[in-house]
Amino acid sequence: MDALIAQLQRQFRDYTISLYQQGFLDDQFTELKKLQDDGSPDFVSEVLSLFFEDCVKLISNMARALDTTGTVDFSQVGASVHQLKGSSSSVGAKRVKTLCVSFKECCEAKNYEGCVRCLQQVDIEYKALKTKLQDMFNLEKQIIQAGGIVPQVDIN
Amino acid sequence: MSLFHVLGFGVKIGHLFWMLCCWFVSWFVDNGIEDKSGLLVGSVGDLEKTKMTTLKKKNKMWFWNKISSSGLKIPSFSYQFLGSVKFNKAWWRKLVVVWVVFWVLVSIWTFWYFSSQAMEKRKETLASMCDERARMLQDQFNVSMNHVQAMSILISTFHHGKIPSAIDQRTFSEYTDRTSFERPLTSGVAYAMRVLHSEREEFERQQGWTIRKMYSLEQNPVHKDDYDLEALEPSPVQEEYAPVIFAQDTVSHVVSLDMLSGKEDRENVLRARSSGKGVLTAPFPLIKTNRLGVILTFAVYKRDLPSNATPKERIEATNGYLGGVFDIESLVENLLQQLASKQTILVNVYDITNHSQPISMYGTNVSADGLERVSPLIFGDPLRKHEMRCRFKQKPPWPVLSMVTSFGILVIALLVAHIIHATVSRIHKVEEDCDKMKQLKKKAEAADVAKSQFLATVSHEIRTPMNGVLGMLHMLMDTELDVTQQDYVRTAQASGKALVSLINEVLDQAKIESGKLELEEVRFDLRGILDDVLSLFSSKSQQKGVELAVYISDRVPDMLIGDPGRFRQILTNLMGNSIKFTEKGHIFVTVHLVDELFESIDGETASSPESTLSGLPVADRQRSWENFKAFSSNGHRSFEPSPPDINLIVSVEDTGVGIPVEAQSRIFTPFMQVGPSISRTHGGTGIGLSISKCLVGLMKGEIGFSSTPKVGSTFTFTAVFSNGMQPAERKNDNNQPIFSEFRGMKAVVVDHRPARAKVSWYHFQRLGIRVEVVPRVEQALHYLKIGTTTVNMILIEQEIWNREADDFIKKLQKDPLFLSPKLILLANSVESSISEALCTGIDPPIVIVKPLRASMLAATLQRGLGIGIREPPQHKGPPALILRNLLLGRKILIVDDNNVNLRVAAGALKKYGADVVCAESGIKAISLLKPPHEFDACFMDIQMPEMDGFEATRRIRDMEEEMNKRIKNGEALIVENGNKTSWHLPVLAMTADVIQATHEECLKCGMDGYVSKPFEAEQLYREVSRFFNSPSDTES
Repeated sequence: MDALIAQLQRQFRDYTISLYQQGFLDDQFTELKKLQDDGSPDFVSEVLSLFFEDCVKLISNMARALDTTGTVDFSQVGASVHQLKGSSSSVGAKRVKTLCVSFKECCEAKNYEGCVRCLQQVDIEYKALKTKLQDMFNLEKQIIQAGGIVPQVDIN
Repeated sequence: MSLFHVLGFGVKIGHLFWMLCCWFVSWFVDNGIEDKSGLLVGSVGDLEKTKMTTLKKKNKMWFWNKISSSGLKIPSFSYQFLGSVKFNKAWWRKLVVVWVVFWVLVSIWTFWYFSSQAMEKRKETLASMCDERARMLQDQFNVSMNHVQAMSILISTFHHGKIPSAIDQRTFSEYTDRTSFERPLTSGVAYAMRVLHSEREEFERQQGWTIRKMYSLEQNPVHKDDYDLEALEPSPVQEEYAPVIFAQDTVSHVVSLDMLSGKEDRENVLRARSSGKGVLTAPFPLIKTNRLGVILTFAVYKRDLPSNATPKERIEATNGYLGGVFDIESLVENLLQQLASKQTILVNVYDITNHSQPISMYGTNVSADGLERVSPLIFGDPLRKHEMRCRFKQKPPWPVLSMVTSFGILVIALLVAHIIHATVSRIHKVEEDCDKMKQLKKKAEAADVAKSQFLATVSHEIRTPMNGVLGMLHMLMDTELDVTQQDYVRTAQASGKALVSLINEVLDQAKIESGKLELEEVRFDLRGILDDVLSLFSSKSQQKGVELAVYISDRVPDMLIGDPGRFRQILTNLMGNSIKFTEKGHIFVTVHLVDELFESIDGETASSPESTLSGLPVADRQRSWENFKAFSSNGHRSFEPSPPDINLIVSVEDTGVGIPVEAQSRIFTPFMQVGPSISRTHGGTGIGLSISKCLVGLMKGEIGFSSTPKVGSTFTFTAVFSNGMQPAERKNDNNQPIFSEFRGMKAVVVDHRPARAKVSWYHFQRLGIRVEVVPRVEQALHYLKIGTTTVNMILIEQEIWNREADDFIKKLQKDPLFLSPKLILLANSVESSISEALCTGIDPPIVIVKPLRASMLAATLQRGLGIGIREPPQHKGPPALILRNLLLGRKILIVDDNNVNLRVAAGALKKYGADVVCAESGIKAISLLKPPHEFDACFMDIQMPEMDGFEATRRIRDMEEEMNKRIKNGEALIVENGNKTSWHLPVLAMTADVIQATHEECLKCGMDGYVSKPFEAEQLYREVSRFFNSPSDTES
C-alpha cells in the first residue's frame, strides 16, 4: 500500500515537474496552489474550470470575429485576447500566456494570417493543458484515494 | 553677425527699389494692357469692351496687390521668407531684367537729350555768327552802293551839268582813287556815256578813239593773260552805244569799251536806266583779272527825275551809266579777316537769283555735311537775291558730358541690379542651406530616436531576466533565514534592484540629454542610502581587501528632501569606478555640508599619508573642487544658499590607479573611457560619469575630480537638497528607535589612524554608543583602569590586533577586571580575520567585517553581546505574516472583468484573512462604493470594457467629494461605524503593466497606488501598509 502511494507520489511529482519544464505552467500556478487551504479545498479546480470555460467562450468569440468575411474587428479580437492573457497569467498557464502575447501583437499589427494562426495554436494549447491538468488531478485523486497526501512539489 | 547686417542693409535697399520698381512695373503693365485691350476692343462690341476693361482692371489690381504685398513682406524676410521667396525668386529675376532694361533706356535717352542740347547750342552759335557776317557784308555793300550813287550824282552835276565838263579822265581817276576808302567793297568805278548812233562819229572824233566791242567773237573773254585792248574790234553799228569814258585806274582798261556790247553789262545798263536804281549783275569773271565779280550800275540822268517817273521818261533822260566793280571774293575775304573767330567757320556766298543753279560768289565748295546756316543778303537790287551759307570748319566735338552722364547712370543702375540680384541669390542660398540643415536635423533626430529605441529594447531584454533573479530572491526571503542570511539576501536583492534601476537610468540618459528628466522631491534618509550603496560594494571590497568606509558629518540632517534614486545613482557610479580601479588601500566616502568645509578648510593641513584612511597617499582632495563655480578663486563662497537648502559636498576618495593626465579632459564625455584596454579589463560602458555629471547639474551642483596616476583619484560633487527634518524632531531623532538597545553603552576604539577612527566613531555613535578613541592599546588599558563608567566593548583595528594581540591578551588576562568588556575586531576581509585564533584564555573576539554600516553593525553586536536577541517583533517577520495581520477582517472590493483573475485575486486576499467582495465591472463597483459603505479598500483592474479603472476611480472620487461636502455642511449623517469625517477609500490599481507612465496615470486619476498582477506579497504589503495600521501596532 505504501509502495503504491510512494509510486503514485513519485509519479505525481515527476509529472508536475515535467509540466513546469515543458513550459505548460509557471510559478503562478504554484502560488495558486498555495492559496488552496482548508477554507477552500477546491479552490484550484474551481479557478481552473472557470479558466477553461473562459477559454472556450473567448476562443469561440475570436473565431467568430475572425471568421466574418469582410472587415475584421481587430479591436474586438484584441479585447478577447487581453482577457485570455489576463486569465492565463493568473492561473499560470504559461504557454497560453506567451501565445496570447504574440497573438496580441498580431492583433495590434492587424495581421489577419497571424491572428488566425495564433488562434489555432491557442486552441490547441489550452486543450493540451486541459488534458495535462486533468491527468494531474486524476493522479492527485488516486493518491488521496489510496490514503496518501499530495506532495508539495518543489519545482526548483 | 556682420553678414546678417549686410543682408539686412541689402534687404532695406532692395525694399526701397522694389517699391520703385513696383510703381514702374504697374505703370508699364497698366499701359501695356490698356494698349492691347484697346487693339482688341476695336473688333468687339461695347459689352465686350466693358468686360474687358473690368477684367483688365482686376488684373491690374491683382498684380498691384501681389507686388505690393510681397514688397511689404520684405522687412520681415528673416522670419517668414521661407515660403514666399520661392515665388518671389522668379519675380525677382524678371524684375532685375526689367530694371536693367529700363535704366538702359533712361541712359540712352539722357545721352540723346544732352547731345541734342549741345547741337542746338552749336546751331545757335553758328546762326548768330553767320547772321553777323551777313549783316556786316550787307552794310558795307550798302555803304559802297550809296557812294557809287553819290558819284553818279557827282558826274551828272560836274560832267553833264557844266559845259565844258569839269571832269576829265584824269580828274575822275584821281578822285575815285582818293575816295576808294569810302567804297570798301568796290575794286573800281567807271563811267560810260550814252551815245546814240547819230552822235557816234562826233563822239569818236571828240574822244580820239573808236567805240569798241567788249568781246571779239573768236576770243574767249575769260582769258586774262593775253587780254589785249588793241585786239578788240570796233563796235559794230548799233542804235546806241555806252562807251566808258572815265574809269578808275584799277579798271582803266575798260575805257572806250561799249558797255552795251557785253551781255551782262547791257542787261544791267538797260535795267538800271529804266528803274533808276542801283542794279547788280550776276557774278561773272571780270575782264582782265578774271576773278568773280559783280557790277553795280547806276544810271545818270540829265535832270532830276521824280520818283514816279515812267521807264520811258527815264530812258529818255538817261545821260550815262556809272558802274562799280565789286570783287566779291577778295572783298569778302578782307571783310572776314576783320572778324574774330574766322577760323571756326566757313563762309560761302551764293547768288540765288536762279534757285536751281545758285552761283557761288565766294568760298570753297567743300561738301556740305552737318550743320549749315543760311542768311539772306539784301544788296538793294530786288531782282538779284543773294545768301550767305556758313558752316563750322571742325566737326562737332565728342559729347563727353552726355556720355559720362548716361554711362554713370547705367553703371549705378547696374550696380543696384547687382545688389538686388546678389541679395536675392544670397537669400536663396541661405534658404537652401536652411532646408539642408533642416534635413540634417531630421536625420539626426531620427538617429537619436533609433538610438533610444535600441536602448529601450536592450534594457527591456535585460530587465526580464533580472526580474526572475529578483523574484527568486524574494522567495528566498520568505523562507526561514537567520540574520546573516537575511543580510546576504537583502544585499543581493538590493544589488539586483540597483541593477534594474541602473538600467532604467541608462534609459534616462536620453531623457537627460533632451532635458526632460525631472527630479523627484521625496523625503529620504541619506545615511540609509549610503549604507545601501556600501553594502552593494561590500562583497567586492572584501574580496579585494580594499577598505570601504563612509563618514557623514553630524551636521548633515538625517532626512533630506530630494531625489534619493538619482543621488544613489551618482554615488554608485563614482564608487563603482573607484572599486574597479582600486586594488589596495581604501575607498572613502565623506559627506559634509559645504559650509562646514569652509570652516575647516583653513585648519586642514596638507594630507600626509598617515592621516588617510589606509595610510596610503591619496590625490589632493581640495584640488577636485577648486574649479567649482560656487567657490570663488580665493576659496570663499560666492553665494549664500537660502536657509532651507542643504548644500552637500560629497567626496569619493580612492587609492586606485588614477586617471592618466591625457585622459582627464574627456572623463565626463559619454562612452569615453581612459583607453580601449580599460573596457576589456574592467568592463563598463563609460556612460556613468556623464550621467553623473548631468544629474549633479540637475541637483544644482557641480562635479570635479583630482587624480594623480598611480596614487589615486578623488571625485567630489556638490548637490543642493531641502531639509527634510521637521524643526520639532530635530533634537530627539538622533537615535533611531531600532537601535535603542545599544543606547548608553560605551566603547573604546583603538586606532592610530584618526581618519579611520573617525569612521568607526561615526558608525558606533549612530547606534547610540558613546565612543572614546585612543591611538594605542596601552592607552586603552589605561582608560579602562581609570574609567569611571563601565566600558562595554573594546574595538580594535585588525592592523593593531595583528601586531599587538599577544601582548594585549596577556595584559587583559592579568587583570580579571578587564574581562568585562567585549573584544571586537574590525577587519577588512573575512579570511584574514579568522586566520589567527590565539584566543586561548578569553572569549574569541567578535569580528566585524568592514565596511561598517548601521544595520550590519547592529546585527553583529546583538549576536556578539547577546543582547536584544529576541524573537523579531511581529512586523519584522516575513511579509506573509504581516500581511495577514494587516488584512485580517478587512472588507475589500475587487473589481476585474476577468473571472479568473477575480477569482485568483480574491483567493489571494482571502488567504490573508480579508473579507472579499467581487465586482465584474466598473459600474458595479461604483454602485457598491457609493458612500456610505463599509469597504476598507478597493483593488481595481485598469483595463476593463465599458468603463476602465481610471474612469471608475474618478467617479468614485467624485462621489466621495460630494459626500464630504455634505458632511462638512452637516447635511449627511455620520455613519455610526465610520467615525470618520471624510471619505477616502484607498483604491489600488491592479495591472500587469508596470510602466512608470501607467503609475503616474494611476496617481493622476485619484488612485492611491498600484499592485502588479498577479499579486506579489511584498509589493502588496508595501502598498497596503500605507493605508492600514497594523492591528498589532494598535494593540501594542
